Amino acid sequence: MTVTDEPAAVVVGPAVGDPAAVTRAQVEDFLYAEAELLDAWDLDTWITLYTDDCHYVVPCNDTPDGDPSRDLVLIDDNALRLRSRIERLGSRKAHREYPHSTTSHQVTNVRLRPVEGSGPGAELPVVAEFTVWRFRGERSTTYVGRYQYRLRVVDGRLRIASKRATLAMGSLRQVHDVAIIL
Amino acid sequence: MTATFDPTRQLAPSGPLVDEDREHHRFRVHRSTMTSPEIHALEMERVFARSWLYVGHESEIRDPGDYVRRPVGGKQIFMVRNKRGEVRVFHNTCTHRGAMVCRKDQGNAKVFQCFYHAWSFDTDGRLVGVPDRDAYGDGLDFGALGLRPVARTESYRGFVFLSYDPGIVDLVEYLAGATEYLDLVVDATGDAEIIRGTNEYAIEANWKLLAENSIDGYHAVPTHDTYFKYLVALGTDLSGGVAGTAKSLGNGHAVLEYSAPWGRPVAKWEPLFGEDSRDEIGRLRADLVAKHGEERARRMCDTNRNMLIYPNLVINDIMAITVRTFMPTSADRMEVTAWEMAPRDELPQLRQRRLDSFLTFLGPGGFATPDDIEALESCQQGFHSGGLEWNDISRGMAREPLANDEEQMRTFWRQWNEQITGGAR
Repeated sequence: MTVTDEPAAVVVGPAVGDPAAVTRAQVEDFLYAEAELLDAWDLDTWITLYTDDCHYVVPCNDTPDGDPSRDLVLIDDNALRLRSRIERLGSRKAHREYPHSTTSHQVTNVRLRPVEGSGPGAELPVVAEFTVWRFRGERSTTYVGRYQYRLRVVDGRLRIASKRATLAMGSLRQVHDVAIIL
Repeated sequence: MTATFDPTRQLAPSGPLVDEDREHHRFRVHRSTMTSPEIHALEMERVFARSWLYVGHESEIRDPGDYVRRPVGGKQIFMVRNKRGEVRVFHNTCTHRGAMVCRKDQGNAKVFQCFYHAWSFDTDGRLVGVPDRDAYGDGLDFGALGLRPVARTESYRGFVFLSYDPGIVDLVEYLAGATEYLDLVVDATGDAEIIRGTNEYAIEANWKLLAENSIDGYHAVPTHDTYFKYLVALGTDLSGGVAGTAKSLGNGHAVLEYSAPWGRPVAKWEPLFGEDSRDEIGRLRADLVAKHGEERARRMCDTNRNMLIYPNLVINDIMAITVRTFMPTSADRMEVTAWEMAPRDELPQLRQRRLDSFLTFLGPGGFATPDDIEALESCQQGFHSGGLEWNDISRGMAREPLANDEEQMRTFWRQWNEQITGGAR
C-alpha cells in the first residue's frame, strides 16, 4: 500500500497528456489504483481521484438505464454527498460498516471508447466489468456488474468525472444492501 | 419441522407467546416467535393466507395489457389490466401442466402463452388457444380451464390488494382506520404514480422485526446518527425535534403521526429545497388548502406519517413516500420490496429533492436503511445467543402513547397473536 503513504493528489494515477493519447494500460493502472484505495478503506485519498463536479451513480437492479433526475436509483452522489458518505463510513455509527467489511474490487475487460469533446473538458468514456467481494463476519457477498466511467485529464492526471456502477444481479436479495462503495 | 438438534433454538413456552399485563404496564413477546420454523409455518397459513396483502399500485399497469409479476404471500402471481381497464390478479401457472405463463417481471401482452405446450390465455385469463384442440374430442371443458384468479382482489384508491381467503371481509372493512391515512397520502399527492426503479433487498431476520422497525420512533436517534449528521451538514435545522403520537388503526394497523424538522415536497419548504422551489411549494400548499380546507391541508403538508398496514405493507409519508412490502422466506429471513410514490406531474426540482430524500434515507444504498438492516440482523443473531426468552415492548403503556413509544407495535402483536392462536380472520 505504498500509494497511500504519499501525497495522494499528486501521485495517484499515471501522468498523462492529451486524453486521446491515453492508453488502455494507463487507464487500467488508474482503475486498479482506485480499487486498491477502496480496498484499503483509504477513502480520503480515493476521493481525490474525482473531479469537483463528479457523479457516482448506482441504478436500481431492475432499471439499469435509470435516470437519477427522474427515476429511483440506489445511489446518486455528487461530490458533496460523496464526501458525506465518506464521513459516514468513517464513523463508528455507520453500524452496517462498523467494523468495516473486507473488500476486493476486481476490475476487468477494460475498454476505451472514443474521446468526446476537446480541450480541458474532453472526456474519455471507459467501460469495464467489475466483481466486488465483500466479507464481514462469517458472510461473503459478491457484487457483479459494469462500470461506466467518464475520465478527464486534470493537471496532467486522469480524474473521474463520473462513475456509474450498473449491477448485473437481478436484485440485491443476495447482497442485502449497497453499504460499501462499489 | 426440522429433525436436527439446535441447542440455541428458542422453544415455544407452554403459556402464551404474547404476554400482556395491562395493570402493571408490561407487554412482552416470546422470542420463539422470531426463530421457530413451526411458528413460521403457522404464519404462512394463518397470517399470510388469511389477510389482505399488497400486490402493487394501479399506476404500474396503466394501459390494457400492462402487467407486473411478483410473488405475494409466498405465491407466484401476476397483475394485469384487462381490455376493459380492470385489474385482474392470477395465479401464475398454466392450467394444463403448471408452467408459469407470465415469464417477465413486467411488460405488456395481449395473451399469455405457456411456452411448454403453447396454451394461451387472454388478459381476462380465458383459455383462447390450444394447439391441436381436436385431439381432446369432447372430453375437456376448455371454458373451465382459464387461468385461476386469486380468491379476492380489491383496490383502495390505487393500492391493489389480494387475499387467498375467499371468506375474508371486504378490503375497506379490513383497512379500518387506515383508510383515513391512505386518503391523506393520496389526496395530498394528486395523480400519484410509482416511479421507475425498485429496491429489492433481503434481511437475514424475522419479518416481524421490520414491521416493528418501520413504525419505531424510538430507534431513530441512536441508529441513524450518521443520517442526521448528513442532514445537518446540508443545512437542515434539527433543533425542533420530532413530536407526535402513535395510534392503533384497528385490525393490527398502526400509524405514527408527527411533525419533524425535515421538509416535504408536498408541501413544506426548507432551505435545502432551494429558493427556486419556494414558490411552487407555496402554490401546492395553497391548492391543498383550497381543496381540503386549512386544517386538513396543514396536516397533509406539515405532518409525517409512518403507517403499517397489517401484516406487511408500510407506507411512509415523510420526506418522500415509500411503499414497502416484505415477506418471510423462513423464520430467519425476509425479502423486502420497496417503491417510491410521487405526483406524476411534479416539478423537476421537487422530484429531485424527493428522489434524494428517498435514496439517502430509505434506500438500501443510503445513509440509514443499511443500519436498520444491521440492527434487525443483530437482533436475530441476538435471539440465537440464548439465555433470554422475551422481548419487552412496554414503552409508553403508562401514558398516552407518543410517536417514540411502542403502542403501535403492541397493536401489531395483538392482531398477530389473535390470528396465530386461531382467532378472528
